[in-house]
Parts: sequence; structure tokens; C-alpha cells
Amino acid sequence: MLSKSQAKIFFLGGTIVTFAIFLGLSWHTLSTEVPKNTHEENLTEAVVRGKHLWESNNCMGCHTILGEGAYYAPELTKVYDRRGEGYIKSVLMSSGPWAPRGRKMVAYNMSEEEAQDMVSFFKWIGETDLNGFPPEPDLKQQN
Amino acid sequence: MKYKSQKVAYWFFALAMLLLALQLVYGFIMGFAHMGYDGLHQFIPFNTARAVHTNLLVVWILTGFMGAAYYIIPEEAECELVSTKLAYIQLITLALVGVAAVIGYHFNYWEGRKFLEIPRPLDWLVVINVLTFLGIILATLFKGKKRTTTSLVLTMGLVFAALLYLPGMIWFDNQTMDSFFRWWVVHLWVEGVWELIMGGILAFLLIKITGVDREVIEKWLYIIVGLTFLSGILGTGHHYYYIGTGKMWLIIGGIFSALEPLAFLGMALFALAMYRKGEKRHPNKIALSWTLGTAIVSFVGAGLLGLAHTLPQVNMYTHGTLVTAMHGHMAFWGAYGMIVLAIIAFSMPNLTGRKRYTNNTNVFAFWMSNIGMLGMTVAFGVAGVAQVYLERKVGMDFGDVQQEIQVHFFILILCAVLFTSGIAAYIYEFVKYGKPTDEAIEN
Ligand code: HEM
Ligand code: HEM
Ligand SMILES: [Fe+2]
Repeated sequence: MLSKSQAKIFFLGGTIVTFAIFLGLSWHTLSTEVPKNTHEENLTEAVVRGKHLWESNNCMGCHTILGEGAYYAPELTKVYDRRGEGYIKSVLMSSGPWAPRGRKMVAYNMSEEEAQDMVSFFKWIGETDLNGFPPEPDLKQQN
Repeated sequence: MKYKSQKVAYWFFALAMLLLALQLVYGFIMGFAHMGYDGLHQFIPFNTARAVHTNLLVVWILTGFMGAAYYIIPEEAECELVSTKLAYIQLITLALVGVAAVIGYHFNYWEGRKFLEIPRPLDWLVVINVLTFLGIILATLFKGKKRTTTSLVLTMGLVFAALLYLPGMIWFDNQTMDSFFRWWVVHLWVEGVWELIMGGILAFLLIKITGVDREVIEKWLYIIVGLTFLSGILGTGHHYYYIGTGKMWLIIGGIFSALEPLAFLGMALFALAMYRKGEKRHPNKIALSWTLGTAIVSFVGAGLLGLAHTLPQVNMYTHGTLVTAMHGHMAFWGAYGMIVLAIIAFSMPNLTGRKRYTNNTNVFAFWMSNIGMLGMTVAFGVAGVAQVYLERKVGMDFGDVQQEIQVHFFILILCAVLFTSGIAAYIYEFVKYGKPTDEAIEN
């Protein structure tokens, strides 16, 4: 069996090697993959303002985006495709809680400009290459 | 206890108990909201309840880790903490920052980044606080007579955890980049450096409780934390499948994260083997239950339930659904909740000098909390699988699916009541022990 000092070498060696590989792969991802997959050229100021609103209101506390967040309200990565601009804006600009099927959303009462920034954010993120996520529902009745 | 300054640990444990109790209150608020009873929506909307629930979770566990370190390090290094005054200041400021953050969450003052909701200005206070904590621990180790493997692994875990908090504080314009580095905190904490902290505390408990030779225990500690990093670092890739970070991670993340359960399996087998091997029968049986319990439940919650959705083919469907919540509950509970409750159960008789050890309330607390959590896990799991099937396979609308699965949240709440009764018994015992005293010092 291993001695204690061999076990220590296993720990330190394994850690250093895998961490070095991880840093290398991360570098590749951040420098090549992310700009390409997220279409960084389309990341306008409106999108960034939208991201700010997304964060400062903690939308992720109910919804998911890129599949991350909470499970109380729908996934929003593809919401622009699904609902379109008008629908999104009316939800965000509503002054009373939006409550489809009785489940309430916070009434954000956003201005026209803010709602437009959110739409830009959703439009941008909807175009990200997500390796096929969310999946096509393959048992859906075709009619 | 052997050193006066170990008493500091008690106050950290007390704060942890308080935060745990509050965490559960907010859990119930969310459970009811999922069931359709959102009467508090105007004052505590779901996103507030969630930020409070998960942040209190992380903070009570970190507070427990700090208490554990203040208890363990003097005993392992064989010297008093360099400053108890500073440790108390650190405790109070930690509590203040926590309170400020929680209050802020009720007034839309936060950063909506799951688990990292604390706003940047408060982040800096957290950093200063943690630096103070690490300063005290490192200075004590430096001054001490001994630097054991157990104390080094524990300290290494704490130092790395602090370092990994920093990438989460960088601002990015690109949501994908933001998420990429959020995982450096969230994943590399729970599936990396926190396992070192857990391993260190577990080794300490096993040495004390089973009486097995330190050299044997610490050898296994190295192997287990070696397995943790070997699989867990590249295993971060299981969060990079579907967020716009490329195809390579499907393979790297799939393979390495599938190996992660080995570290938890190792932990479970190791704890059981040391228990069998041990000649000594320590009278603190309930601490032994929590110690073996954490090793086993973490394997189930993190290892098995993690494995269940870690392959990209499965995760494509389960990603961002209640299946994740199922795993999150049992993993956090088994690995980090229970290890903190184990070190508290072990140290309370030593800190207060009252050898209450095993009694009915203790045993009730252990079993009720675990049975309740198991039930909650099943409820989340059933709801999650139904959600995945209806939403991602059949293509039903999100809201319609939520109505279909509401009933499972009724079961969730029933089980949460069992769980909470267990925690209430645990806290009752904690209070019953009373305050730590210098008379409890043994030579
Ligand atoms: C004690 C250790 C662990 C804890 C506390 C834990 C906790 C969590 C939590 C809270 C999440 C949700 C994170 C978020 O969305 O921000 C999560 C996600 C995940 N965990 Fe773990 N986990 C642990 C270990 C593991 C292990 C060992 C595996 C794999 C074998 C694993 C596989 C996963 C996967 C695949 C996800 C992503 C789920 C999704 O796509 O929505 N976890 N875990
Ligand atoms: C009274 C008991 C509890 C109840 C009723 C409860 C309920 C909930 C609910 C409803 C959610 C939100 C799911 C969503 O986003 O829709 C949640 C999230 C969470 N809770 Fe609890 N909880 C309880 C106790 C605990 C305990 C004891 C722990 C840890 C030891 C815990 C850890 C978590 C974690 C990590 C999340 C985030 C999960 C994720 O994002 O995947 N909870 N809880
Ligand atoms: Fe992970």
C-alpha cells in the first residue's frame, strides 16, 4: 500500500497537474470559444444595460437563464424567440403583478427604455450557441 | 477542551444555529409559494426568499467551519489562539455584514447572481473579515508546536476557499463569462476546497472518536483529497455544457465529473473502516452518528445524486430544473450541514464540561432531520422528473407543468416539517448545554 508521503505526493501532483490543464482549457475557452459562441460583436451597450437590470433586480431569483437560476418561473434564454418584443415589454412595464395561472411576478413598472434594454439583452443571449440546449421536446404531438 | 481560547468556537456555533433556523423559515416561504400560497409576495417575493435561504445556508456553514477551525487548530497546533479578542471582533462583524446583506435583499439591494447575491461593496467587507480569520488561524499554526496533516488540510481548504471567492467579484459584460467565473466560486467550493475542509474536520473527529492511529487516518485523508482535486477541478466542466463555452467541455466535464463520486465514496468507506478498526469506544455516541452520517449521506446526496445528472446526455434535459434542487438539498445537507453538526455535537460536551452525550432528544434530532431530508429529496426528485418529462420531452408550457406538480410541494412541506422538528431538537440540545467555561479545561 501507499505510504503517507506517497499519498501526499499523489495529492500535490494530481492537484498541480489538473489545475494547470484546467487553466489552459479555460484560457482557450475564454479567448476563442466564448467570443465566437456568444457573438461578442453584437454585445452592444443596450445589452450591457439590460444585463445590469437583470442583475440589479435579481431576475435569476425566480427564472433561469442559460439554465442557471431558480425554478419558480420559466427559462428565459430563448424568450425573445418564444414571445417576441411586445409581450416581453408589456410584462416588464406592467404596474401590477403579472400573474399567469395565478403565479405572481414582481411588478417592475419599467420605463420604455429599460424594457427595450431588457429586450436587447434577451435578443443577444438567445443567439448564443448552447450546444443544443434547451432540447427540442421530442415527444411533442405534431399537428 | 485543552485550551481556553477554544471557547471562541462556541459563539460561532451559536451564530450558525441562529442562521440555520432563519434559513428554514425562508425555505417554507418558498415551499408554500410553489404550492400556490404566495400571500407574502408583496413583502417577500420569491427571489428575496431564495436569496435569503441560500445565502443564510452558505453563511451558517462557513460560520460553522470557522468555529470548527477555532476549536481544532489550537488542539492540533498545541497552543492558544493568538488573539481571542480579534476572533470575537471577527465574529461580530461577520454577523453584521450578514444582517446587512439579508436586509438589503428585502429592498431590492443585491446582485442577481445565484449564490453570489451579496453586492460588491459588502463583498469587500467579507474579504476583510475572512482575511482577519485566516490571519488568526495562520498565526496560531505558525506559533504552535505542531503542524499536523489534519490542521494543514483544513487550513489549506480555508485559504483556497477565500482565494476562490475573488473571481466571483469581477464584473463582466458577457453573461457567459459571468457564469464561467461564478462556477469558479460555486463549483470549486463545494466540489473542491470545501471537501478539504470537510476532510480535515472528519479526520479530526475520527482521530478523537475512534482512537485509530493518526498516521493511518492522515494517509487516507491525503488520498481522498487527492481524488477530490483530480476529478473535481476538471469536473467544473459539467457546468460548461450548455452556457456557450464550447463543445470540448462535454467530454472533459462528462468524464471528470463522473469520477467525482469516488472522493465521496472514499470518504464513506474510510469513515466506516476507521470506525470498525478503532479500539477506543468514545462515550460521545451521538457525535459518532453525525460523523459516520455525514460520510454516508454526502456520498448519496453529492456522489450518487450528482452522478445521476452529470453526464451531458442527461444534463441536457435536467439542467436548470427541480432535479437540480433535489441534488442541491441532499448534497449540501449530507456533506456540509452534517459535518458542521458533527463537530458541534463532538465539541459541546468538551466546551461546557457537561457530559450530556447521548439522550433521547439528541437521537430524535439525528433521525428526524435525516428522515425529513430524505423525504424532501424524494419530493423534489419526483417533481423534478415529472417537470423534465412534461416540459422537455412532451413540450408542455412551463406554467402548466408547474400546476401539475404542485401536489409534490405539499409532500415537500410535510417532510420539511419532520426535518425542522429534528433541527429544533438539535438547537434545543445546543441551548441546554449552556455556555462554555474554563472549568471544562482538561489536562
Ligand atoms: C457536497 C458536494 C456537492 C454539493 C453541495 C452540490 C450542490 C449543488 C448545487 C447547489 C447545485 C446548483 C448550482 C447552481 O445552479 O448554481 C449543483 C449543481 C450540479 N451538481 Fe452538485 N453538488 C455537490 C457535488 C456534486 C457531485 C459530486 C456531482 C457529480 C458527480 C454533482 C453534479 C452536479 C451537476 C451536474 C449540477 C448541475 C445541474 C444543472 O445542470 O442544473 N454535484 N450542485
Ligand atoms: C424547511 C426546510 C426547507 C425547505 C421547505 C426548502 C425549500 C426550498 C425551495 C422551495 C427552494 C427553491 C427551489 C426553486 O428555486 O424553485 C430551495 C432552494 C435551496 N435550498 Fe432549501 N429548503 C429547506 C431546507 C434546506 C436545507 C436544510 C438546505 C441545505 C442543507 C437547503 C438548501 C437549498 C439549496 C442549496 C437551494 C438551491 C437549490 C438549487 O438552486 O438547485 N434547503 N429550498
Ligand atoms: Fe459542480
